[in-house]
Amino acid sequence: MLAYILRRVLYALPILIGVNLITFALFFVVNTPDDMARMHLGMKRVTPEAIERWKDEHGYNMPLLYNAESGGLDSLTETIFFEKSVKLFAFQFGQSDSGRDIGHDIRQRMWPSLLIALPTLLLGLVVYLSFALLLAFFRGSYIDIGGVVLCIILMSISALFYIIGGQYLVGKMLHLVPISGFDTGWQALKFTILPVLIGVVAAIGSNGRFYRAIFLEELGRDYVRTARAKGTSEPRLMFRHVLKNAMIPVLTNIVVILPLLFMGSLIMESFFGIPGLGSYTIDAIQNQDFAIVRSMVFLGSVLYILGLLLTDISYTLVDPRIRLS
Amino acid sequence: MMPVILWTDALVWLLVAVIVLSGFYMRSKPHLREPWQRVIRSRTGMSALVVLLAFVLIGLLDSLHFREALPDQTQGGEVHYSGEVMSVFDKLVGPLRTRVEKTYSAPFSAWLYMKEMVERPDGSQVLDYPRLEHGAAHLADPVTERDADIARRLGLATLQTLLCMALLGLATAALVARRYRLDLRAALGLSLRGGTALPLPALLLTLTVLIWLLFAAVNLAGAYHVFGTDKVGQDVFYQALKSIRTGLIIGTLTTLIMLPFAVLLGIMAGYFRGWVDDVIQYLYTTLNSIPGVLLIAAAVLMMQVYVDTHPELFETMAERADLRLLFLCIILGVTSWTGLCRMLRGETLKLREMDYIQAATAFGVPNFVVILRHILPNVMHIVLIAVVLDFSGLVLAEAVLSYVGVGVDPTMNSWGNMINRARLEMAREPMVWWSLLAAFIFMFTLVLAANLFSDVVRDAFDPRLREQRG
Amino acid sequence: MSECNHGSNNSRRMTDKLLTVRDLQVRFGEGEGAVRAVDGVSFAIDRGETLALLGESGCGKSMTALALLRLLPQPVGHIAGGQVLLEGQDLLALPEMRMRQVRGGRIAMIFQEPMTSLNPVMTVGRQIGEVLAAHKGLKGRAARARSVELLGLVGIPDAGRRVDEYPHQLSGGMKQRVMIAMALAGEPDLLIADEPTTALDVTIQAQVLELMRDIQRETGMAMLLITHDLGVVAGMADRVAVMYAGQLVEQASRADFFTEPRHPYSRKLFAALPDMDKRDRPLTVIPGTVPTLDQSFHACRFADRCASAWRTCHEVEPAWLEEADGRGVRCHLYDPAHPNPPAAGSEAEPDRLAARSAAPRDLLEVSRLKVHFPIHKGLFKRTVGHVYAVDDVDIHIPTGRTLALVGESGCGKTTVGKAILQLLRPTAGSVRFDGDELTRLRGEALRRRRREFQIIFQDPFSSMNPRMQVGDIIEEGMVAQGLVPDAGARRQRVEELLEQVGLRPEHARRYPHEFSGGQRQRICVARALAVEPRLIICDEPTSALDVSVQAQILNLLKRLQLELDLAYLFITHNISVVAYLADRVAVMYLGRIVEEGPVDRVLTDPQHPYTRALLSAVPRIDTDTGREVIRLEGDIPSPSNPPTGCHFHPRCPQAMERCRQAYPDRFERGSEHWARCWLLE
Repeated sequence: MLAYILRRVLYALPILIGVNLITFALFFVVNTPDDMARMHLGMKRVTPEAIERWKDEHGYNMPLLYNAESGGLDSLTETIFFEKSVKLFAFQFGQSDSGRDIGHDIRQRMWPSLLIALPTLLLGLVVYLSFALLLAFFRGSYIDIGGVVLCIILMSISALFYIIGGQYLVGKMLHLVPISGFDTGWQALKFTILPVLIGVVAAIGSNGRFYRAIFLEELGRDYVRTARAKGTSEPRLMFRHVLKNAMIPVLTNIVVILPLLFMGSLIMESFFGIPGLGSYTIDAIQNQDFAIVRSMVFLGSVLYILGLLLTDISYTLVDPRIRLS
Repeated sequence: MMPVILWTDALVWLLVAVIVLSGFYMRSKPHLREPWQRVIRSRTGMSALVVLLAFVLIGLLDSLHFREALPDQTQGGEVHYSGEVMSVFDKLVGPLRTRVEKTYSAPFSAWLYMKEMVERPDGSQVLDYPRLEHGAAHLADPVTERDADIARRLGLATLQTLLCMALLGLATAALVARRYRLDLRAALGLSLRGGTALPLPALLLTLTVLIWLLFAAVNLAGAYHVFGTDKVGQDVFYQALKSIRTGLIIGTLTTLIMLPFAVLLGIMAGYFRGWVDDVIQYLYTTLNSIPGVLLIAAAVLMMQVYVDTHPELFETMAERADLRLLFLCIILGVTSWTGLCRMLRGETLKLREMDYIQAATAFGVPNFVVILRHILPNVMHIVLIAVVLDFSGLVLAEAVLSYVGVGVDPTMNSWGNMINRARLEMAREPMVWWSLLAAFIFMFTLVLAANLFSDVVRDAFDPRLREQRG
Repeated sequence: MSECNHGSNNSRRMTDKLLTVRDLQVRFGEGEGAVRAVDGVSFAIDRGETLALLGESGCGKSMTALALLRLLPQPVGHIAGGQVLLEGQDLLALPEMRMRQVRGGRIAMIFQEPMTSLNPVMTVGRQIGEVLAAHKGLKGRAARARSVELLGLVGIPDAGRRVDEYPHQLSGGMKQRVMIAMALAGEPDLLIADEPTTALDVTIQAQVLELMRDIQRETGMAMLLITHDLGVVAGMADRVAVMYAGQLVEQASRADFFTEPRHPYSRKLFAALPDMDKRDRPLTVIPGTVPTLDQSFHACRFADRCASAWRTCHEVEPAWLEEADGRGVRCHLYDPAHPNPPAAGSEAEPDRLAARSAAPRDLLEVSRLKVHFPIHKGLFKRTVGHVYAVDDVDIHIPTGRTLALVGESGCGKTTVGKAILQLLRPTAGSVRFDGDELTRLRGEALRRRRREFQIIFQDPFSSMNPRMQVGDIIEEGMVAQGLVPDAGARRQRVEELLEQVGLRPEHARRYPHEFSGGQRQRICVARALAVEPRLIICDEPTSALDVSVQAQILNLLKRLQLELDLAYLFITHNISVVAYLADRVAVMYLGRIVEEGPVDRVLTDPQHPYTRALLSAVPRIDTDTGREVIRLEGDIPSPSNPPTGCHFHPRCPQAMERCRQAYPDRFERGSEHWARCWLLE
């Protein structure tokens, strides 16, 4: 078991290095720091001095890969690659292009993200699974057909409409909860209600259908027939046999995204003015703050790989076939 | 007039050619023909397909671009062309494009949405809603006349539709009569009862709705702004129509671009295994581990910098926007091929253990022939299902990306851009809601049709689903 | 159909009867195209009795069983009519709630596939416990104790530990025992066993069948045994009911059925069974195929394939004719209402096969062949061990002769075949084909030689690319080998080949799914023949086929061998096929050959205890000889960790101390007959 986990960790390393190289290539090779400086300074009043000054201020005034001027080990470390990319492995994100400490921002902003994302996930799971179980239970009937059609219709609406519509309906017309914003402490809860609710509703179509398909697949298996031949009642069959087996694909699907919850949802947070990592990223994209975007790309990958790792482990926990072999 | 072939235009027409060719190919292969026949017999599938085709038609018309020669250049041999790239579609809906108001106006309204100083006939000036230059301009007194005028135009559309459908119905009946060797009456009866292989009643009903919408649009859009106008006074209906092409291109070209990679790499990984498999798996795991939106955002940002620092590369605005669109397709393709690739790898791993592959090896059939003849045809249904399923997701993704600011060029017409702008408009008092509504209606219709269609296609092609049904 | 019910009602007293089925109808789909999977089946089972429902695939026997418990696959399958009376109570009229008490409580069922029939994420104990809770009201500690008891009852060693294990930790035979324990938990009056041993190996099958007999003796439970295997019927049944195309065509006591089968179909089933005595002539076959059931019949369903059929058979549907002792048949031959045919078409004995060429020379020589698969484990996937799939195998096959390689699943026989063909590269050893060393050939040189040795697979459904036309499939080898470069000539050759294997030239333009299993196997033979090979490796080519179709393929293979002087390596677990077809037999156990010799010597005078056990475990139709089944304990060990000394010693009833220490040498017993066993020293 331990060897297994260790091996997965070792497997993750080359992937992280790959991600790092891709981001480095994207951010520094496609466009040189000079281009970026020109971009930030605005097209018109660019002088070579201004560019140098900008690079100096933001720590880009180094060669990309090899610093011929400094000797020894420094020729490798005093480079953009080392400063901006390699240091990411130590979670040293450095400064944003507007001069803020990215690491500090991330630590502060991930909690609001989690506060929205986690309840969305949990509530969503309960809602989707119940909905899908309901459809699978009444498979082939009008309830099922109607449910599937509803799913397809709900799936066909962009998430943006759910957000705008939800904000308008619940916030603006019914005045039930604040439309957007955030607060500290318990006050924050009332700001989370609407985003969580909309987050759950927006994904009901695709998830409901997906889980229904999983349930139906399980229902077609031989052990279900055996259970029926034993005289097992239909509800017991659904909950004890089918749900338990279906939880293997369901859970492993969810575990992957668990670490990513810290990243929050880009559009949800920006619409609702939640000061999380999602809106942080969006602001960075809109302000073309490359340092932040680069950090978030790396952080996201790390969390995703962590998710893969957790998935592997969760497999061994849920599925006796893997746990005991 | 100078034809302009934008990158995406070329690819779109290439795609059309590919689809036509694969259509012929599929006709000759029963394992592909039979599922399609099931699709054709499905009422939902065919209705959805007709709607999709209507969108595609608009998209294709909008993909024939040219630049008009500028007037008054009689002297001098050189002909100058307008910097504005137009499409055949623009030409067809001419007035929609040119009839620009000052700023916002509500759907079917005769007045601007904002008060301005208006000069009265008596010379005094008051703050009031001014009349529109084009919308409902033909009415002397819109307050009293407008509703009746709209009703009259809709009535006319209904008449035209009925006439059109009567002709179409007769033509269909004639075809059915020839096909089933019946007399015209019997054929008509058979078609309307739904006794033919094609679900004619559903088809005709969908067509009726579409044709009515077409006539209604033709009759109304000439005189009103059906979906109002936006901040700079442009017709929202026109924008929504123009957005169709963007949506379709994102939905289809992305797939076209990623498909060769996904298919080739997926099959190679599964077939050769060993280090080939390791490398390909590493490649897609790495790409997959970067959250999609962030990778797209990073890539698009970088491209933006590149484009901004190299303005000399683009002759027209349209070309610049087009290249950005193409790039978006590419980067979406790069982030979305991994799923299909993984699926194909898994399927190939299973297939290569099949006895018939072993038999081929026992005959000494070379590897690439085995892949081409035995593996590829047996994973084709997966590819097809993936292509159809991906489409609607991509159309939806465009909206989100444009909202985030890493989507298509802000100057390009797209539903995402419309929604993005609508966000600010929604916050206005009084609210400007029609851009959002137009984007919603168009996007929802397209995505719903695509989802319904893909559902039918998947049911028809997925052998596992069929088994479940017995 | 009604007259037969009256007959059976009057002939026996109501009280003995546990289950009475009357005119059962099962449909799949609705309307015109509905498949009548079961079309008017009536039978009865007495308390404590075993009724075998015998039939080939697709005859509706499994659907009958599922219909009794109302477990037909939803929503397509449904019961369209009839009655199922359990002690007078109509099960088809029961509300679902009450029906659930019947399932598992009064009638239990076990299925063919023990691998998939158990819930993979529930422990064995809990799955049995569910039955106990539902039907016996046992929960908690008491249920657990009873589960352990039941597992012990079905012969699972160390039941107290096994009860907490998951299905994947058990072998196939063990799983089927668990299924039986689960069925017994509700103490049912009737057990429906749907092909309970078909997926199991012969020696395991013998264990499970014996277990079922013992349990029946102890509990007095009635059994409905669904099978296609005449041998299983002979060993288990009190009465036999034969099903054909959705109907019962014959019902009789076991003794009557095996001494004098009446229906022409039943008689043909017996005749089609291969065995030693039929070696020198073709097997009797049933021509044609089973009719599809999506039509309504107005004549005898078997008429088109029946040698005794006359005009009446093609015009009038035969009625069920029942005698006082319950024996019944559905055939015009026995109907006094119809005049018998002008001249009862007596069947001519099939012609004897021509004698074979003498003086063969060795075509294939395999010596010391080893195929080991590495097992990777640990942090860096180090190789920690090997699966010794094939471990030191010697084989030689002369031209135009057949060597049968016999063994149970996992013994490595298929791996031997693939290693010979170089589809798997051997770890060590030599494969000499006509003097050339195949293991040293690479790339193009190997590719050129491939036309001389071909393979036919077990599963006729996965052995052909479903996307290709039959003509292209057969042509593939010729194209790859560049045999007939001209496309027109090639097409002609394809048509010849199709005729050679008993198909029609126009079949070349069809797709595999349009053919039945037997026809597909013929196409596979044609495909192999296309490159004019000298050796064909037949990997269980008939084990997925019904008996009547198996006979067709065996006849074909035998005829082709004579005509083309082909050598066969025939890989199989079916002893009767070996008896009919092979010249020599090699018996394999856990990667090694334990006995080899001429077929008549090995089958009549087996030397190795494993061969003896294997032969005795095969269910036979001549039940009266009173032979004793040598029961092997336990399962086949894993080839990754074979027992020390003789691999067979842990299961061998005659194992000695020496067997635990050293692998036995080869001991000759007569000319060309040897075995590896210390007993022979």
